[in-house]
Amino acid sequence: MRFQTQRRLFLVAMAGLAAFLLWGMAGLPRFGTFAGAYSRLLNATAVSERAATNVVASITFDYRGFDTMGEEFILFAAVVGVAILLRAQRDEEEGQPEEEMPGRHAPAASNAVRAIGLAMVGPIVVFGIYVVAHGHLTPGGGFQGGVVLATGALLVYLSGEYVTLRRVRPESLIDAAESTGAGGYVVIGLLGLVVGTSFLDNFLPLGQPGALLSSGTIVPINVAVGLEVAGGFVLLLSEFLEQTLVVHQLEGGP
Amino acid sequence: MNVLLAGAPAGAPSILVAVVLLAVAAAGTATVLTRDPLHQAVVASFFGLLLGVAFLVLQAPDVALSQITVGAVALPLMILLALAKVRRQPAGTGERPPESEPAPEPRQEET
Repeated sequence: MRFQTQRRLFLVAMAGLAAFLLWGMAGLPRFGTFAGAYSRLLNATAVSERAATNVVASITFDYRGFDTMGEEFILFAAVVGVAILLRAQRDEEEGQPEEEMPGRHAPAASNAVRAIGLAMVGPIVVFGIYVVAHGHLTPGGGFQGGVVLATGALLVYLSGEYVTLRRVRPESLIDAAESTGAGGYVVIGLLGLVVGTSFLDNFLPLGQPGALLSSGTIVPINVAVGLEVAGGFVLLLSEFLEQTLVVHQLEGGP
Repeated sequence: MNVLLAGAPAGAPSILVAVVLLAVAAAGTATVLTRDPLHQAVVASFFGLLLGVAFLVLQAPDVALSQITVGAVALPLMILLALAKVRRQPAGTGERPPESEPAPEPRQEET
């Protein structure tokens, strides 16, 4: 196709898309108003029904807990896929980490970066645990807290060398966290089937709204998701770093 | 469209929301217009951060937290690591796009 024709076709298509987009946006509800009954109903009843002051958490981990389980396994499958894709291929070898290779003059992290990075690891991990543990009370939860926890491992890499991260990240432990988190969600759901009435039934005592130990199964599910996400992100990070820094193409490879 | 043009006080966005939305639009445009992938990763990270602020201003703090962790941290990190791997391959084996010669990076010094 000639370039002129291509461009004309593109412009026609874009005009059509813009027209449909504007038409659709003109029919949207006014800014800040939503006509659906579901949100109003949950805002009125969720706190007294589930004792979780963060209504979002009681939706994602209780009322719609089954959806969230699916989402968790999407992440699990994505991490497994990346781990498989980034394994050492037949024409590659796992060599020394590049920072240890002879004749390599990578600039070392400056002392300021090292000091601040290492000083931040502790607070970041504590903050991640806080976000996971308070998911039913304040904004946050297993997913957000899990990513925050995983950035602790990133800080170790940024403020040291890759070998340091390898030392503080036992691969089997990370794998275990990842799979325990994913499996734990299903186990909590099955316990609901055994102890309660249905899969993912909130069978634990609900407690007082606002207390750390309240809202039943939402807390253990949050912990499971936090484990899974933290393990998954550390695994992603180390697979990428491994591929970048340790795996080398063999001489004469394709 | 009517998000910004709505005149009625009920349901009209505040000035703060309008400013944040405009900043998000500007950052999104900047992300598209940045052609070098290395720079683009950083600009995309800033765009993700601004989008998180927009969610916060629209009173969705849960979504804002997810957006900041994924859009401002995880996604740019994956892009940077992938770029580091692609650019490290010896010349001839890697398919380097011809038009973007990467700026000299301190990390690539090898003897």
